[in-house]
Amino acid sequence: MTTYFNEMFENDQVRAPYARLEDWMRAMPAELRQMKQAEAEALFRRIGITFAVYGEGGDPDRLIPFDMFPRVFAQNEWRRLERGIKQRARALNAFLTDVYGRGEIVRAGKIPAKLVYQNEAYERAVVGFQPPRGIYSHIVGIDLVRTGPDQFYVLEDNCRTPSGVSYMLENREIMMRMFPQLFRENRIEPVDGYAELLRRTLASVAPAKCDRDPTIAILTPGHFNSAYYEHSFLADLMGVELVEGADLFVEGGFVWMRTTRGPQKVDVIYRRIDDSFLDPLCFRPDSMLGVPGLMDVYRSGGVTIASAPGAGVADDKAIYTFVPEMVRFYLGEEPILENVPTWQCAKPDELKYVLEHLPELVVKEVHGSGGYGMLVGPKSTKAQIEAFRAKIEDDPDNYIAQPTLALSTTPTFVEEGIAPRHVDLRPYCLVGEQIELVPGGLTRVALTEGSLVVNSSQGGGVKDTWVLAE
Amino acid sequence: MLSRTAENLFWIGRYIERAETMARLLEVGARIALMPSAGHGYRSEWESLLLASGTAEGFATKYGDPVQRNIESYLFFDRDNPSSVISCIYRARENARIVRTAITSQLWDALNTTYQEITQLERRARSEMELTELTEWVMRQSAMIRGAIEATLLRNDGYHFLNIGFALERADNTARLIDVKYYVLLPSVELVGSALDNYQWQVLLRAMSAHRAFHWAYGGDITARKIAHFLILNRQCPRALITSLETALAHLDGLSREYNHSGAAQRRARALVGDIAETNVEEIFEEGLHEFLNRYIAEIGALSTLVYDSYLSGEAR
Amino acid sequence: MILDVSHVTVYRYDASMRSAVQSLRLFPSRFDGQRVIRWSVEVVGGMRGGSFRDGAGDKIESWSLRGPLQEVVIRVEGQVETVDLAGVLRGHRELAPPEAYLRETLATDADAAIRTLAEDAIEGISGDLEKAHALAGAVAEAIAYRPGVTHAHTTAAEALKLGEGVCQDHAHALIAAARHVGLPARYVSGYLFAGADGEPHEAAHAWAEVFVAGLGWVGFDPANGCCPDDRYIRLGSGLDARDAAPIRGLARGEGEESLDVTVALAAAQQ
Repeated sequence: MTTYFNEMFENDQVRAPYARLEDWMRAMPAELRQMKQAEAEALFRRIGITFAVYGEGGDPDRLIPFDMFPRVFAQNEWRRLERGIKQRARALNAFLTDVYGRGEIVRAGKIPAKLVYQNEAYERAVVGFQPPRGIYSHIVGIDLVRTGPDQFYVLEDNCRTPSGVSYMLENREIMMRMFPQLFRENRIEPVDGYAELLRRTLASVAPAKCDRDPTIAILTPGHFNSAYYEHSFLADLMGVELVEGADLFVEGGFVWMRTTRGPQKVDVIYRRIDDSFLDPLCFRPDSMLGVPGLMDVYRSGGVTIASAPGAGVADDKAIYTFVPEMVRFYLGEEPILENVPTWQCAKPDELKYVLEHLPELVVKEVHGSGGYGMLVGPKSTKAQIEAFRAKIEDDPDNYIAQPTLALSTTPTFVEEGIAPRHVDLRPYCLVGEQIELVPGGLTRVALTEGSLVVNSSQGGGVKDTWVLAE
Repeated sequence: MLSRTAENLFWIGRYIERAETMARLLEVGARIALMPSAGHGYRSEWESLLLASGTAEGFATKYGDPVQRNIESYLFFDRDNPSSVISCIYRARENARIVRTAITSQLWDALNTTYQEITQLERRARSEMELTELTEWVMRQSAMIRGAIEATLLRNDGYHFLNIGFALERADNTARLIDVKYYVLLPSVELVGSALDNYQWQVLLRAMSAHRAFHWAYGGDITARKIAHFLILNRQCPRALITSLETALAHLDGLSREYNHSGAAQRRARALVGDIAETNVEEIFEEGLHEFLNRYIAEIGALSTLVYDSYLSGEAR
Repeated sequence: MILDVSHVTVYRYDASMRSAVQSLRLFPSRFDGQRVIRWSVEVVGGMRGGSFRDGAGDKIESWSLRGPLQEVVIRVEGQVETVDLAGVLRGHRELAPPEAYLRETLATDADAAIRTLAEDAIEGISGDLEKAHALAGAVAEAIAYRPGVTHAHTTAAEALKLGEGVCQDHAHALIAAARHVGLPARYVSGYLFAGADGEPHEAAHAWAEVFVAGLGWVGFDPANGCCPDDRYIRLGSGLDARDAAPIRGLARGEGEESLDVTVALAAAQQ
């Protein structure tokens, strides 16, 4: 029987960060809780935060379940995470600069050339191009899990366009509205500076050709996209335009926005669409979402695209294994955050191990995301395991495997009252002139008892995440 | 402001006004159908109404014979009919969802609630609902949306685009409604001035929520001239052609003040307003009411195109 | 050899278009085998945008045009001095790692037939250069030159099955075969002066380059059974024909597009 680290209770003692939550928890009768829960849901719906799950159809106005029980970090716990996350974000950007430049890490034999250069996310079109300040990934989302008081593991890196930050902000907003006394009793570091930090980060990477206050725009695939709410939310908080591909055009080496006063130059595009849709002249010719000619402007220094096209090669699950090596290679430091031990099914001996131990492993697709196409061995039936075995054997290169981690739990409001549920954490690291991290992140919680899958697409919920001030 | 955002706002205005007109048209049809008309029966009136709303063909394909209940369903709840009340409300709300951050939460609430409520109505059995209940609901929602706009929206360019949408749609709809009365509803020219003619006018005025105002303003018998004056030239009437055009011009001027630039759309609107202010009922009837109205419908269309080209298309330099 | 180039591309539209954007890779490569004497690229009535040299060493320039447009005319005029380097791309500055050219694309996907062709061709042969020659020979033999049977989107596998094709198909097939046996390969677009025999020839041309350890990139033209020499002018490269296209453009509007290209190459008096 695996034991799981409970972030609130340790040997029947309440851990320090949660000290002031115990009374709150005990003093919450079921009726009040239900009332508050309904109030929270009404608020979310009113604001319009909803989430459509990819490929599931159904109600596009579905809400992600919000759990009111906060997840809490002590200041010293957070400091260490913060250093680790910033270190990782620096290493990932150094890696991107390198593999689109001289490729020293490959030449040094630290990472196989094939993994990098034959990777689908490696963009030949940007080889040799140095984006402003050498930054490729401006918003790095690092997914972390905890297995003990001091054990954190990085589950994966998200260097392209990590989503979910609007939940971090709204969860806090709603908690403050509903339980103001909690914020008086606990000294909680604020997260609401995120939008301003993001705006400053983006402004700091404006192209050298921009000689005034840079104009920033968020590029969305459109209002049918499941994350459209987040796009418009961030645009509104930053006070920048939310544009679709058709709102932009290219002329004279710059990108322009179609406005009611005529064309307005855009200097920085925070894109929330995939590389392959950015520019039909350069990538998918059938893309209706992008801007024809955008990549030429980008490459000739007329506009900054964040994250940079090609950044995805750093967050590939096969490259993930090498991130600790990147930290050592580029920064000359020891990694502060550990990777989860990972077996590459592409390697015959590791594949053999994986196939022999499927019932105890988690197997993921190299390019998959959102909790799709994965096998959680201990939670699967024999038949499911055998079916997955066939898939792995069919295309081993496409899979990696990891041990089933004993994810920590935090108290969560459930049907019967309060019970421990497994959680993970995604903080959002901003990389510009400075590297910034707001104290907090998105805690995702697996609401089903015993479940280790926290993805919102698989029935996970979210929590407010607190970092206590010193 | 992004041209697309302006376009979304413009269309919110147009769709809400259009939903309202559609509801008013339904009311006209239902009222006229109650009257035993000389040898025509309500069937032809309903047909005329479908024709007037530009939905006759779609209806015929889907339902065949014009039965009142079917017509009501088609003009109110049918999502396949792009002009139905539900389609207009859906599109207004969808346009609002896209530009959520450009409108106030009060306006969003008003539009969103309207859409949520009509989907509730859609699920109810049609036999439980009287048509007047539905049309009154539309008027109420429309008033609430207008109220949210007037009470909460920043007086910026977005506000002007919304109102230009409303005003142009209303101008167009008023012109069409009057035209419909004469050239579609009235079976023949000989009936001008007849009891049927008068009854139809009353219904039309009522549908435009203007029959009492009309009587206050003019008194005496209802005549075509009085009505034409009221609905075309009387600035006191909120739906009059001149009122709508002056509103459109006022908001276009608001835009040119904000942008420090006045263009073809303003020039055209000013010419149009000047033209209608100069004219009188005698001239209108000399030209022919139908000819006059159609000239204006075309002018309003041209003005819409100019607004589109100057601001909404994103092609302007 | 000194070659005069005149290359005019006309896109015509049957309805007026609102605007157009062009991304042009129409500039002779800089390497020891060719030297530009003069060269001009112009999109008639267009606005010049940014230009840059990409990781593969190609110069790319973008242009935009405001509508209403009935046609887009791209004019290339120039004179280049060429030297025969037996296909070797000597002195070409580029940063793109050869390994990046091992990736398959839709057009260069090696099916069973291509894999067999490749494996048979290099059996018993060691040395990258020898392998590359063998592959180019095998492709030339398997696909006969015949215009009009294939089109812009024909894949290497389809062309091989057909047994006929044009230079694009030869290049794709060679690239697919080379990558299959672990040799980085890429598509090259350019011009070929073939007028010496008095026959009319298609002067816009394409071939393949294979990366040979120790030698670098080497050109192979299976369509003509040779390596590029001083009759060739190299413009740019890519993973396949689409990726290496000298002209990429898009016009906004509802009109249907028709294309008219004239390329003339002439040897200038020395």
